[in-house]
Amino acid sequence: MKDPDKPRKGFSRRGFLRGVSITGGAMGTGLLESAASAETGGAVVGPAAVSITLNINGKLRKVGVEPRETLLDTLRDKLDLTAAKRVCDRGTCGACTVIVNGKAVYGCTVLAIDAQGKQIQTLEGISPAGNPHPLSKAFVNNDAQQCGYCTPGFVVAAKAFLDHNPKPTEEQVNHGLGGNICRCGTYIGVRKAVLEAAGMTAAGGTKNA
Amino acid sequence: MQAFEYANPATLAEALKSLGSSWDEAQVLAGGTDIISLMKDDVAAPKRLVNIKNVKELGGIAPHAGGLRIGATATFDELATNAAVRTYPAIRTAVLGVASPQIRNMGTAGGDLCQRPRCWYYRAGFGLLATKDGQPLVPNGENRYHAIFGGGPAYFVSPSSLGPALIALGAKLTLESASDKRTVDAAKFFLAPGSETEREIDLKPNEIVTGILLPAAAGEKSATYEIREREMLDWPLVTASVALKISGGKVSSARVVLGHVAPMPWVAVAAEQYLLGKAISEATAEEAGAEAVKGAQPLSQNAYKVQLAKVAVKRALLAAAGKA
Repeated sequence: MKDPDKPRKGFSRRGFLRGVSITGGAMGTGLLESAASAETGGAVVGPAAVSITLNINGKLRKVGVEPRETLLDTLRDKLDLTAAKRVCDRGTCGACTVIVNGKAVYGCTVLAIDAQGKQIQTLEGISPAGNPHPLSKAFVNNDAQQCGYCTPGFVVAAKAFLDHNPKPTEEQVNHGLGGNICRCGTYIGVRKAVLEAAGMTAAGGTKNA
Repeated sequence: MQAFEYANPATLAEALKSLGSSWDEAQVLAGGTDIISLMKDDVAAPKRLVNIKNVKELGGIAPHAGGLRIGATATFDELATNAAVRTYPAIRTAVLGVASPQIRNMGTAGGDLCQRPRCWYYRAGFGLLATKDGQPLVPNGENRYHAIFGGGPAYFVSPSSLGPALIALGAKLTLESASDKRTVDAAKFFLAPGSETEREIDLKPNEIVTGILLPAAAGEKSATYEIREREMLDWPLVTASVALKISGGKVSSARVVLGHVAPMPWVAVAAEQYLLGKAISEATAEEAGAEAVKGAQPLSQNAYKVQLAKVAVKRALLAAAGKA
């Protein structure tokens, strides 16, 4: 696993997109210097890109965005934080789940410009490479993934859920993670993993063959 | 998604000034769970979005005139965790039934009332009345989730989760524009559009729904019963919200409102009249359900909703009377 905060070597589609967007962002901020802060009250900004600062995993990240850009696209295409996945892009699958001010939300349905001044947590911060969160370990222990594409969203949703319900029942887990879909159908493993991470099952008794 | 300007007002006055005289000029951004999807699908393309989440006077849930005021930007999560909302079981059940934790963390009370219909023809660009070359697409099309009451020319169903419960409880909505303030009964806010230029709610482009006013909960027994295909992350097929006053064991006042069966929350007047003077039992609740669906006009694929509506009314009545 790589350190997500280190730039990747070589050429990638995402790196190319990021290069383009930085150019766009710089141009936007240049043009809109007088309207600089998109955070304040009455001022109207856009539709061109504006410079915003996002608090992501405890770090302040400056980035140029158009008002129409979602938080998910900004994370993935401009900040190289690609754990949150773009699947349905309509707030109906959960693969893009991130935590904003302590609450799980769909990153595809939040505007990046609307996320200013808020505490954003992504899987990269919750479960960093080399120091996985107990939930990540529990997902591995319980075979709680097959293709794995929904897994980051599930782990983030589970983290937000356990933060608010540290000792859940099985039924509460079902409801608490009801905003995430796994098309491989690994729900049994996910449920076991969440209960294991919460210490609600005896260690060693949760292996899902 | 088309590009747009973004206004982030801190006061209601600034927010109202930022709106325009047409929906193309400006629209409100609250939780964003609907408008952002509509814009991605190019069903809506306002030149400006006005974020109202930082307008303090639009938020919060607070006592009001013996009842409760729910601010427009109160989220479903706030509604779900608020102690006072528990005294309105019809609302609480509707709140907990909404989609998923993520949607409840984002979606707002005002947004629930103003969200656009989920009709797939509408979402695919065929308009609110879903026509092609002047012909309606729904009656002989994919209509399994469409209206069984009040259909024609609109066949979509009102998507609001709160609407039926608010109508059953006699709630009022407060609306404000830069030049006007008005209060409307929740029952009169929802409309069946007769033409493509009309909306399904009584809201003008320059207005904001500022809050919901609930009368006192005391003496009212209420409940909501929802039926869905999937337990979570889904829209109900049919809901029923009821509010009863019972004196001496008999119903002295009844409100029975169906959701997801008509272009607006559908008040089942015949069921309400039937219940007056009756004690709530399995038998009377079932009969009220039968009364509620009299006159239903199902389309080619949704006759099943008639039976669901009947059962939803019965179960909501039994729940309200504490007999579920």
